[in-house]
Amino acid sequence: MLSANRKSTNWMDTGLSVLLFILVISLYQYFAYQRHLLNPEDKLIPTFSQIFDAFNRATFIPDRNGAYRLWQDSVASGERIFISMIFIFMGILIGVYMGLFSVLDKLLYKFFIFFDKIPALAILPILFIVFGLGEVSKIALIVIGVVPTIILDTYLKVKAFPQEQIVKAMTMSASKTQTIFKVILPKIFPSALDSIRLNFKAVVLFLISGEALAATEGLGYRIFVVRRYMAMDLIISYVIWIGLLSILVDAGIRFWIKKSYPWYNK
Amino acid sequence: MKSKYILEVEGIKQTYYDHSDNSFQVLNNINLQIREGEFVTIVGPTGCGKSTLLRMILGSEKPSAGRVLMDGKEVKKPNRDRGVVFQKYSLFDNLTVRQNVRIGLELENFNIFGNFLNMVLPGWKLESFKELVDEYLEKVNLLEHADKFPHQLSGGMRQRVAIAQAMIMKPKVLLMDEPFGALDAGTTEQMHAFMLDQWRESGQTILFVTHDLEEAIYLGTRVIVLSQYYKDADGAKVVKDFNTPWPHPRELAVKEEIQFQDMIKSIRNEGLNSNYLLDHKDFDLSHQDAIPLSI
Repeated sequence: MLSANRKSTNWMDTGLSVLLFILVISLYQYFAYQRHLLNPEDKLIPTFSQIFDAFNRATFIPDRNGAYRLWQDSVASGERIFISMIFIFMGILIGVYMGLFSVLDKLLYKFFIFFDKIPALAILPILFIVFGLGEVSKIALIVIGVVPTIILDTYLKVKAFPQEQIVKAMTMSASKTQTIFKVILPKIFPSALDSIRLNFKAVVLFLISGEALAATEGLGYRIFVVRRYMAMDLIISYVIWIGLLSILVDAGIRFWIKKSYPWYNK
Repeated sequence: MKSKYILEVEGIKQTYYDHSDNSFQVLNNINLQIREGEFVTIVGPTGCGKSTLLRMILGSEKPSAGRVLMDGKEVKKPNRDRGVVFQKYSLFDNLTVRQNVRIGLELENFNIFGNFLNMVLPGWKLESFKELVDEYLEKVNLLEHADKFPHQLSGGMRQRVAIAQAMIMKPKVLLMDEPFGALDAGTTEQMHAFMLDQWRESGQTILFVTHDLEEAIYLGTRVIVLSQYYKDADGAKVVKDFNTPWPHPRELAVKEEIQFQDMIKSIRNEGLNSNYLLDHKDFDLSHQDAIPLSI
């Protein structure tokens, strides 16, 4: 930041950053209100009280089967993301090995470039045919969509790693494995976390796509199901909920980086 | 049979290729013999390949011809016999000063069991290094900065950490590539005094590459000048290899002596000046271990 000396935020700045939010929300509420004056049964633009009501119903009131839908959906989607994350973190390791060993480099680089360029959604039908409509194809979609990017990103970071430090480690009797786990990985890990953070949007995108087509629960599944009843109130509350969760994950990773790696980006 | 020299450089040549595959010879038939405990400084004009030569002795770059021997064995890769201090990127910026100094000991004494114990009981094994690490931090005068990260240190402090990091491993040979090149004059002077103290105390062999002539003559017991400015030149050769006459420890006052100034002048005129091409017979190879020109 250029204004290094100004620490206190003044009300103008705060006002500016929330201005558009307030404007859009007021406009929305205005149109919703107008439409409801003409037709109280209008479903297209629900008012905020209706959205809140839908959110409330999904969150705190059990449905016919006694399930709290929003939590049930969030947990189902969360599990899928969690399992994909395991593969994504393995992708970091693959990228590191690919960057360091020329055999792996030659073997895998072009292959992953190719997979990175294929839109994962285009092979979703293949996944459904091969793996069926179960969990495997939904997780495979996320993994195929995001992991090549993470691998290539890590690969480039390892390629750009200062050679001096690797040589230095060798002069201090480091083995290849030690160089990877004590020198290279600790240093590139926070930036790998950062690229996971930036790619989280893609993770959610592939999650919702997969769920939309074949699932029995999940955040993406729900909004596509209730579309049939034009339940805009529930869709909007789910969209806001998904947005909030994503912001939470983003902030969580940023907090993790800031707390655990104070030297990063300095 | 064990050689009486700790380092031998035998007929090293290095050729680089540019984008259009034109070859360009950087080093032409470099021969050196270095005894244990010498403080050798290597100077030369920009692009003469002095850093290249250092990297070959280190083992991180392969010569296109010739070889480097350490204790009679050929050098193939960097290993713990030869420590190194670079001008930049020497420190691991994800580690604190203390961790940076300690990491060599950790790497060398690694075992899976110990590492596991460290995870359960943090610092269990690292404790045993504490005294040694503190001793070295004390030596480089950084004990009160032990828990800072490299980005919080000044350039001089960073290089002191890098030196402690290399020295704590007690390598037989310490290679330094313009370690003080980015420091201001006052700091450099302190670092010189510090380096000379360390060298006398440890008895290590030091190879020190620099572009600063005063630094080279003041620090070194032996000065080697590499240069591509001689008649019919094709790649840099050793054009000077001589002793510095002042015994260590040296006073700063030697820098004012006429002989010292003359040395600087003669290196500057004959070694670093692209307009003055030295004749082969005028190469000053007066050091006892210098190898006479074969051609």
